[in-house]
Amino acid sequence: MPTLLSKKYALIAIILVAILIPLLSTNEYYLHILTLSFIWIIAVYGLNLLAGFTGYLSLAHAGFFGIGAYALGLLTVKGGMSFWPAFFLAPVITTVIGFFIGLVALRTKEHFFAIYTLCVGYIIYLVIDKWEGLTGGVRGLIGIPGPTNIGPIELTSANARYYFVLTVLLLVVFLIYRIVNSLVGRSFIAIRNDEQLAQSIGISTLKNKLMSFVLSTFFAGLAGALYASFIRFIGPDISNINITFDLLIFMIVGGIGTLSGPVIGTLLIVVLSQQLQFLQDHRMLIFGPLLTSIIIFSPRGLAGMYLTWYYKRKAKKKAQIQTDNASIGGDS
Amino acid sequence: MFLEAKNLSKHFGGLHAVKEVDFSVEKGKINAIIGPNGAGKSTFFNVITGLHRPSSGQVIFKGDDISKLPPNKIALLGIARTFQTTNLFEQATVFENVVVGHRLRTKSNLFDAIFRTKRTKQEEEKCKEKALEVLHFVGLAHAAERMVGSISQEEKKRIAFALALATDPEIVFLDEPTAGVNPDETEELAQLMQKMVQKGITVCLIEHKMQMIMKLADKIMVLNYGEKIAEGTPDEINNNEEVIKAYLGGSASA
Ligand SMILES: Nc1ncnc2c1ncn2[C@@H]1O[C@H](COP(=O)(O)OP(=O)(O)OP(=O)(O)O)[C@@H](O)[C@H]1O
Ligand SMILES: [Mg+2]
Repeated sequence: MPTLLSKKYALIAIILVAILIPLLSTNEYYLHILTLSFIWIIAVYGLNLLAGFTGYLSLAHAGFFGIGAYALGLLTVKGGMSFWPAFFLAPVITTVIGFFIGLVALRTKEHFFAIYTLCVGYIIYLVIDKWEGLTGGVRGLIGIPGPTNIGPIELTSANARYYFVLTVLLLVVFLIYRIVNSLVGRSFIAIRNDEQLAQSIGISTLKNKLMSFVLSTFFAGLAGALYASFIRFIGPDISNINITFDLLIFMIVGGIGTLSGPVIGTLLIVVLSQQLQFLQDHRMLIFGPLLTSIIIFSPRGLAGMYLTWYYKRKAKKKAQIQTDNASIGGDS
Repeated sequence: MFLEAKNLSKHFGGLHAVKEVDFSVEKGKINAIIGPNGAGKSTFFNVITGLHRPSSGQVIFKGDDISKLPPNKIALLGIARTFQTTNLFEQATVFENVVVGHRLRTKSNLFDAIFRTKRTKQEEEKCKEKALEVLHFVGLAHAAERMVGSISQEEKKRIAFALALATDPEIVFLDEPTAGVNPDETEELAQLMQKMVQKGITVCLIEHKMQMIMKLADKIMVLNYGEKIAEGTPDEINNNEEVIKAYLGGSASA
């Protein structure tokens, strides 16, 4: 099991680096960007569960992100609720709304599903933008509280918030890992490969698709709630379709339907955007070709590229061992 | 009666894909359905296995009317099928692709998945054992760890068989199981079907390869333009005027 072990070590190393970053760098701006990236990664994991593992590309994801953010914002600012109950309630509210939308949206398939959810996402955006009485409209919501201290654990400094988001992210990765590698996850993947075939081997496609959809909205809502509590100010733009497309790019570059893809893609693109900020909108001249070539040459993104290389190498090694054995057999 | 289609019809708009077909599948035998392209053979399978609701008529399985059940419920009853084309997970191993085949006999839910309960561990083990068992049965045990993307057409057909068998079926419906494979491989797949029957599984298949079907089948039904035009033993079908006409078109009478 050397591969499994080395995978484990790689994972531990990455987590260690993530833990050490705030101690090594005093650049608050960088920490801010990194914390924000972690929040996006959580949203991308939600999208990836549905689009990558179940085969249903939802374009309403930013809408659910917005619902999670506004749920937290409204509960605390207008409802006077304290942070923690609001923080747990926000993803639940998103999930409930997601359930009813999923019930209708999943009557469609493939591009019709994408178009339908695109419309749903836009409607959510419109509701947030136009329902001034509730959401404050374009003025947005200000004064959203950040996480309050849990007993002796203080959560108000930038470092503490970073660790808080990191903890949630690790929990999300763990959950996604467990789900994808379970019989439930196998059912999702079977649906992605061939829905008719999946149903013919006894998988309730309706139930499983709805479960995946609802889970994906849960992660979107969780990310939204984290975002609201981290930035402390939210406007309708966070549910805009642009955000959905950002998440989509993170997922595709990193690797759709892979476990590490959301982390790789999000960090890469966010860091790249930061480095290329001087180019302003001309950055797209770099992202455009990058995205296009990834889709053409490695449909499963950077993670997929690695996996393909890894399996090829493994197959080669195996073949090598077999021919070696054969020649040994020949000698004796 | 084991499995029976009663006066079964399916139309798509004005097109009568299956028209008032009566057919009973004989238990423990190899039943074949033949007919020209577009005769409605696949549609007949699709109606029986729940993919399409019949426009009229019934499907009876062991005394129960199953014509309104969805495909996953029908699979649960012990009716499995393969498709004319099978889309597998190319970037995963043969084994990984087949494990999910036994999912329908397990109960693990999201909670079990997240907390990795004892139940889910046992059930995963059960699914993996089943996958190995059926891969062994179809003669693919040696290829279990190979990527699906790198195996032959004939082996993919075997995976499709394995998936169907992993559901613990009493009857399997195979839609053109030997399409696109060479004669030697066809012979081997035919033997595999006989092996299924020996194991107590009833086989019902659609086939275009006449020679093979005449040797293999115990009972044959011929469809043409959605209608049953003949039914019987291979010998009876071979000598049936209408069948010859349907297959050779006008040239038979000319
Ligand atoms: N979902 C559908 N919607 C509309 N028409 C359909 C549908 N499925 C099949 N048909 C039509 O029904 C007729 C019977 O098709 P079917 O696929 O059952 O034929 P088949 O006997 O399996 O042919 P083949 O040997 O080519 O596989 C064809 O005319 C086909 O175009
Ligand atoms: Mg057909």
